[in-house]
Amino acid sequence: MNKLVSIACLFAAAALLAGCPKKSTTVEPPTAGSQVPGAGGTTNAGEGASTTTTPLGGEEGALGAKGGPTGGLLSRKVIYFDFDKSDIKPEFRDLIAAHSQYLIAHPGNKLKLEGNTDERGTREYNIGLGERRAQSVRRAMMLLGVSETQLTTVSFGAERPAVEGDNEEAWAKNRRVELVYMQ
Amino acid sequence: MSKSLRIVRPLSVMLLIAALPLSASRAEFIVEVTRGQENAIPIAIVPFSTPGAGADPVDVAQVVANDLSRSGRFAPMDRKDMVEQPHPGSSITFDDWRRLGNDYILIGGMQAQSQDHYNIAFELYNVLTRQRLLGFQIGANRAGLRLASHQIADMVFDKITGIRGAFATRIAYVSVLGSVPNRSYRLIVADSDGENPHVVMQSNEPLMSPAWSPDGQSLAYVSFEDRLPSVYVQFLKTGERKRVSAKAGVNQAPAWSPDGKKLALTLSTRDGNLDVYVLDLATETLTRITDDPGIDTEPQWSKDGQSLYFTSDRAGGPQIYKVGLQPGDHPRRLTFQGNYNARPRLAPDESQLAFVTQEDSSYRIAVMDLKGRGDVQVLTKGQFDVSPSYAPNGAMIIYASRDKGRGVLALTSADGRVQERLVSSEGEVQEPVWSPF
Repeated sequence: MNKLVSIACLFAAAALLAGCPKKSTTVEPPTAGSQVPGAGGTTNAGEGASTTTTPLGGEEGALGAKGGPTGGLLSRKVIYFDFDKSDIKPEFRDLIAAHSQYLIAHPGNKLKLEGNTDERGTREYNIGLGERRAQSVRRAMMLLGVSETQLTTVSFGAERPAVEGDNEEAWAKNRRVELVYMQ
Repeated sequence: MSKSLRIVRPLSVMLLIAALPLSASRAEFIVEVTRGQENAIPIAIVPFSTPGAGADPVDVAQVVANDLSRSGRFAPMDRKDMVEQPHPGSSITFDDWRRLGNDYILIGGMQAQSQDHYNIAFELYNVLTRQRLLGFQIGANRAGLRLASHQIADMVFDKITGIRGAFATRIAYVSVLGSVPNRSYRLIVADSDGENPHVVMQSNEPLMSPAWSPDGQSLAYVSFEDRLPSVYVQFLKTGERKRVSAKAGVNQAPAWSPDGKKLALTLSTRDGNLDVYVLDLATETLTRITDDPGIDTEPQWSKDGQSLYFTSDRAGGPQIYKVGLQPGDHPRRLTFQGNYNARPRLAPDESQLAFVTQEDSSYRIAVMDLKGRGDVQVLTKGQFDVSPSYAPNGAMIIYASRDKGRGVLALTSADGRVQERLVSSEGEVQEPVWSPF
């Protein structure tokens, strides 16, 4: 590799390390621009050095940065599931009802349902399970009258655990759907 | 004795993938053999002579010995026990080597021809018959010395076992640094022994499912950088990449057709139904292959490109199915033992199918015999063994495992007799895929 490329790589590395944004844990209202496609942009320098940057504020999906309504049940935005199951447990029905009512009352609000699994099993099948859980919540909300246009689902499978650990305690906290409000 | 040396093509730097410099992120692997083969072939790999080779050339003999040892089929002699160190041109006292228990002896010499060009000559002998089995010369620049070493190991392996060697190949894997919620992800390509890692893609959002194109020039993978799982294809030499599938919902599990022109992948409908599709990369047309309310995913092509193996939970839990790609073909279920069989991977010669199976409450790598009665053998003993990938010669399977709470890579021979663990010095590693030849 010639010197020029090495130096370019060094700068790219330095830039990446210096500008690498950490995910914020403070609650910030999502901004309208945060869903701009390509905001999670990737640049490709000539020899294939590749960087990806993520905007700091309003980062959907990071725990604690969900925005949306607060107060009472509405400030709870995570639904947990049993192993290998995607049905809604009775203890979460009130939570789903509360968020559904909010969405019906605020037709301009959109909700992204992020499905997750624990780490056991194959990764790609887990994406399917995460999607199934997100869909389970979506269907429950639509049954309560929420408009389809207000709901989107995404699955992270096992790729974004809330808690690390090879034990049931951690797994139970990872089998979840997160409710992420968008503008 | 006349020597017939052949000049093998000079080797230049194999990988033009550029990357961030590795000083801060060098992920080297420590190989831990957890189970070796009982009748490994004893071989003496004598350190190559290096007159005038310059400072710190690669220890070719050591790389060869490590490769052969890692295959589990060879037991290289300890250097400490070598009383003499012959090289091409010197005579070999075969009786001494025989007395020390060696079946074979490999000797070599490396000469620097100029600033950046080396000639490596090597010879392989059968110690008992004293017959010379191999005699070659390889030219290489400094950056190509490890590759030359792997090629020598391939030739020795092939000559003695009759199986094509797969040491001069690469692996790709995902490296995860940091802890939640501040994780970063890197897609790394390295030599098959884990050395020489290059970062080809880096992100703060998850990366998964790397897949080598059949020509070894590109990687398809899934990236969450767009906030949903999308499929990218990246040309390794230039880093240029194209997003080939980013439909709303799920885009995942890319698998290259044998001719490299299509990708089988998984897409979801608006109601979250995951099914297998085939994407023509040139025309961008999609053909739907499965249509079932269950989760259908993790497709893999047959060698003739006429069928797909895939995972489906249409019968309750995930099982492995095979479907022909002609209109009207129906999926046929292949696995019937246990409640969880997923992520099929076909051996290069289609003699067996590797997959992830649940045994008690553990996830392990199993293989199903495709030529006989479909016998299933569980190869590994871990709790979270997933993501199997065959070496292109079918002799070894690399997979992901967990050890002391960390993601590690591991190797098993296709018959389960050899087991190894590759522990990275940095972070967690997962989703290994072995390159083609």
